[in-house]
Amino acid sequence: MTQLILEQALNGLQFGLMLFLLAAGLTLVFGIMDCINLAHGSLYMVGAYFVAAAAQAADSFWIGLAVGVAGAALLGLLLELSLFRRLYRRDHLSQVLATFALILIANETVRMIWGAQPVMLNAPEALAGPLEIAGFSYPAYRLVIIAFGLAVAGLLYLLVARSRVGMWVRAGAANREMTEALGIDVQRLFTAVFVFGAALCALAGGLLGPLLAVQVGMGESVLILAFVVIIIGGIGSVRGALVGSLIVGTADTLGRALLPTLLRATLPADAAATLGPALASILIYLLMAAILFFRPQGLFPARA
Amino acid sequence: MAFYQPARYQKPVAGALLLALIALPPALTALGQEFYIGFATRLLIFALAASSLNLVLGFGGMFSLGHAAFFGAGAYAAAICMRAGISEALLVLPLAMLVAGALALLVGAISLRTRGVYFIMITLAFAQMAYYLFVSARAWGGDDGLPLPGRMTLAGLSLGSDSALFYAALGCLALAVVFLGSLAGARFGRTIQAIRENETRMEALGYPVFRYRLVCFVLGGALAGLAGALLANLTGLASPNLLQWTQSGTLLVMVIIGGVGYLYGGVVGAVVLLSLEEVLSGFTLHWPIGLGLLLLGIVLLAPRGVAALFGKTGG
Repeated sequence: MTQLILEQALNGLQFGLMLFLLAAGLTLVFGIMDCINLAHGSLYMVGAYFVAAAAQAADSFWIGLAVGVAGAALLGLLLELSLFRRLYRRDHLSQVLATFALILIANETVRMIWGAQPVMLNAPEALAGPLEIAGFSYPAYRLVIIAFGLAVAGLLYLLVARSRVGMWVRAGAANREMTEALGIDVQRLFTAVFVFGAALCALAGGLLGPLLAVQVGMGESVLILAFVVIIIGGIGSVRGALVGSLIVGTADTLGRALLPTLLRATLPADAAATLGPALASILIYLLMAAILFFRPQGLFPARA
Repeated sequence: MAFYQPARYQKPVAGALLLALIALPPALTALGQEFYIGFATRLLIFALAASSLNLVLGFGGMFSLGHAAFFGAGAYAAAICMRAGISEALLVLPLAMLVAGALALLVGAISLRTRGVYFIMITLAFAQMAYYLFVSARAWGGDDGLPLPGRMTLAGLSLGSDSALFYAALGCLALAVVFLGSLAGARFGRTIQAIRENETRMEALGYPVFRYRLVCFVLGGALAGLAGALLANLTGLASPNLLQWTQSGTLLVMVIIGGVGYLYGGVVGAVVLLSLEEVLSGFTLHWPIGLGLLLLGIVLLAPRGVAALFGKTGG
């Protein structure tokens, strides 16, 4: 049981950190530019395909990851310059419509190029096996993902909390007009943030590729989770996104692993068999509704 | 956004359209194109669903991203009812509306305490909960959905033929549009539009803003449930896919294309979107790309929707 809980807790941490990579970009785009980007999940999907294709061409996972992330950043730049720039000042309805259209285009383009079947992306061979630490074994690749996630989270913290650009970003999230009035080129800042968010999406997509299937539609389910994360954490707050990701990641993973067992211990078997999976899959939404009810601005509101 | 005011030519155009629609099934049968009767029924049903969202979004100013939950709840309510042996439409449809309305009451009572983006997200969260509940409910078919034993009967008459169901859907849509039209002009409609324009002011004038919004939200949910029950009858299946968030997104897109806050916005949007899908899918397998580009064009070129190009807005 301890082995199971520890393993699931690590899985939850790993899932949470990957969610953070997605949520960090989303919360900044949402918080600073007040732009609902439903196509954020599509960037994740396209990024994963880029990584898979590049890894296959170069026959190396790491080169593929680097090339794929760079490709997604470039795509993000093109999207920002051609489309998103026009959307920031429009109302939320227009943003929903436009980014919904982007989802349609992205899914179908990917299906056209790579086909409807999932694409294989293999983890580097050196990391394929499990790693044994003091009688406890855990897949090495998942540990690498955790390390990656922690490193990016730390880097992002330094960037946002300690650097000048990060200060501008935080200022933009707290009060956009004031930041503009102080002479910050918000337009260029927006572009940079958007491109950075796209790169993080592709990084998450590429790292998760060997664990999940790289397939059309993978972006939509994860997009909703990322939205849940940034609502829980507070829109525009990177710290909130980190805390929210870890909460959602562990709650979801532990809930799926442990709730059915717990319910079996307390309820009749057939009721537990129905209720367990249902409760596990709605757990994070219950959590989000509860947090919104008691703290409508999220845990770490960026706007004062 | 201004208060809703019908255009002068709106009534005669709607009347002519209704007559044309009544003549449609015999005409299609005569032409040997019976397939399109089912398609036209689908258009009518989605027009009803989009109109119900337009009541919430356009008139009530509530940006709900969870409307599919009520749509799907209506479909499941109808399926469960009919499997229990009740197939009279005069019972099934009100029951479906009741179930969807009750769900909307629950969701609205909690969600309407939040504002702006948070409202969008909390409605989405509730819709996702409903989706996962239906997916994991094995008694109701889980992933596969719940097949219907047959079609409803209306006052003893069978709706088994596609034409009969078409007329039933047309009747529901026409009644709903008349209802929404008179609602928009009535005291209640004026009040919710005023709340959309300036909530603080209405609050200060002593209007129970929360209650008005909640009633509007519940009415929209109930109408969506009606559409869901009809759709389940058309396809013979209540599927959890009806509750997926992409379905909410599709309904939103219909309303936005058609024109938010215009009486016929939902109808126009549903017809435009579904017809575009049908036409484009005849040309190419990759029609979503074309559809996506068209939607982008609409956002950038006709920001207030297609119906806004024709409708009149009053002072």
